[in-house]
Amino acid sequence: MSEEKEERVPAMQRLLDNYFLLLFLGVTMPTVFYILWGVMEIVSIPIAK
Amino acid sequence: MSQYRICPDTGLYFDRAGEGLMKANAVAGVVALLVAGVLALLVGLTRWPAIHYLGASDFYMVLTAHGLNALIFWIIFFEIAILYFASSSLLRCRLATPRWAWLGFILMLIGAIMTNVAIFQGSSSVMMTSYAPMEAAPHFYLGLILFAVGALIGCFVFLGTLVIAKEEHTYEGSIPLVTFGALTACIIAVFTIASGAIILIPSFLWSIDLIGQIDALMYRVIWWGMGHSSQQINVAAQVSVWYAVAAIAFGAKPMSEKVSRTAFLLYILFLQLASAHHILADPGVSSTWKVFNTSYAMYLAVLASLIHGLTVPGSIEVAQRKKGLTNGLFEWLRKAPWGNPVFSGVFLSVVTFGFLGGITGVVMGTEQINLIIHNTFYVPGHFHATVVLGTTLTFMALTYFLIPVLFRREMILPGLAKWQPYLFAGGMTILSLFMMGAGTLGVPRRHWDIGFAQATEMGLKFEFPGSAEMMLGLVGIGSVIAVIGGGLYLVITVGSIVFGKKIEESAGLMQSFGLPLAASCYTSEKPEPVKGPAADLEEHGSAGFEAPGTFVLAMVLLVTFVVYYFINWKYLSSVWPMG
Repeated sequence: MSEEKEERVPAMQRLLDNYFLLLFLGVTMPTVFYILWGVMEIVSIPIAK
Repeated sequence: MSQYRICPDTGLYFDRAGEGLMKANAVAGVVALLVAGVLALLVGLTRWPAIHYLGASDFYMVLTAHGLNALIFWIIFFEIAILYFASSSLLRCRLATPRWAWLGFILMLIGAIMTNVAIFQGSSSVMMTSYAPMEAAPHFYLGLILFAVGALIGCFVFLGTLVIAKEEHTYEGSIPLVTFGALTACIIAVFTIASGAIILIPSFLWSIDLIGQIDALMYRVIWWGMGHSSQQINVAAQVSVWYAVAAIAFGAKPMSEKVSRTAFLLYILFLQLASAHHILADPGVSSTWKVFNTSYAMYLAVLASLIHGLTVPGSIEVAQRKKGLTNGLFEWLRKAPWGNPVFSGVFLSVVTFGFLGGITGVVMGTEQINLIIHNTFYVPGHFHATVVLGTTLTFMALTYFLIPVLFRREMILPGLAKWQPYLFAGGMTILSLFMMGAGTLGVPRRHWDIGFAQATEMGLKFEFPGSAEMMLGLVGIGSVIAVIGGGLYLVITVGSIVFGKKIEESAGLMQSFGLPLAASCYTSEKPEPVKGPAADLEEHGSAGFEAPGTFVLAMVLLVTFVVYYFINWKYLSSVWPMG
């Protein structure tokens, strides 16, 4: 039991070792905060009459 | 078991299939750099007012081709080579799906040639940004799309290789730090290419009249998701190479591997949001969007760069001090191998990237002070400091290491190679500084004639101060020096892989372009434990923080940054009086 506890990999290291989770985060963050948010602001500009 | 060879000098592992792909991508990149360099000279001589070499149409055509060859083709070809090296060689495993990797390479090659053809046919002088509603020829967009698809294949080959290495237990624990940096570059590349697809595919359809129009602001926002992020791939890749060279040249371990990895994580999460600083002067998107992306989020990425800028020279200092170079603050630096272009190129890159590219990037990313220099000559001054002094100089330095290790040839003209990084960095520093100086005086970027001769004919008159003309002359001189430095790099590297003395008998001409060496060079047996410089690259560990000289240098950077930042606010208050 104590050996298992010693071998437990820290959460941060598990995150850094999970390439596809990092890929997901690295694509999602700019897609949401830069692309989607920016596009929403542009499409919400009223059309000139 | 796939076939591989171990470099007898460094202990590095080269997968037979991966080795050819590394060479082919690196060589294609160098050819693109050759094209970009020739065109750079023409651009530099045209913006030099006393020479004003090209006519207007040729200038915009040449500038478009220079931008794409330098910023996209050279760098991304070379980065794909780095991805294959950082995965296959550093994890000591076979490269995933080499046939797909060759397909990716061929698509990139066709795409780069197609886009260049479109530009030189004269119908696509739309600058690298190709802002709608300026329309280029269909094959301009198609070439870029093919190039992006090829690069995306390269990214997935890299990720596939990581999976293979994990499945086959070719490494223990986490992947090496350099590979983690390459993973960061790969992740940023995937977002970059996705943004490119979102905007370039409709642009292509628009160019063949299948779509009626492209919204100009929408185009700009999404295009910069590709355009700026593509330069963030460079930052992640170049920082990885910095760590690699510190390990190769000094046996250095990072000051804290955990901190360096966390800094790369900050890049993954926040670096790409800096794209918004290109939109800071655009109406239509709110200040909240602009400030969140360029300040709050981007500063976390800047923090990551500050960490890397501290830990790379810091790790070198710790390694040098362990060798007994402990006198004073800077004996470790004085006695560094300044005649070795692998080290000098990287160190010059770290310093100039930080002082010129990094500080000015933060200034440009601040919404208010961005207004002083938005779309002026300051902008190319900034990115020549980041992309050329940062990335290109780093990749040049790495090439000197790769010539004997990967290409198995001796470097020709070693005496000239010692001077090449100084010449290139010196010219490019002059160019960047005076571009930024002229930009601060309002000189526009991408402009053929700041004398506005045609406007004067129409009765409009505007004159820049004489100091702006002088600075443009100095930009021209800087560009000539940098082109000579870049030309030396091309002569030395291309000359070495073609005419350099063979270290391995079978390293013929075609082997320099991607064919494998003689079958006897490779084996399928289980690799022995890693030795030599390869061990420093592949093993884990932290060196500690006993680097007082580096901390002093870091404080100099911070003080410089603070002073320059407030000078810009003071300048803003004088050009934009509030009463």
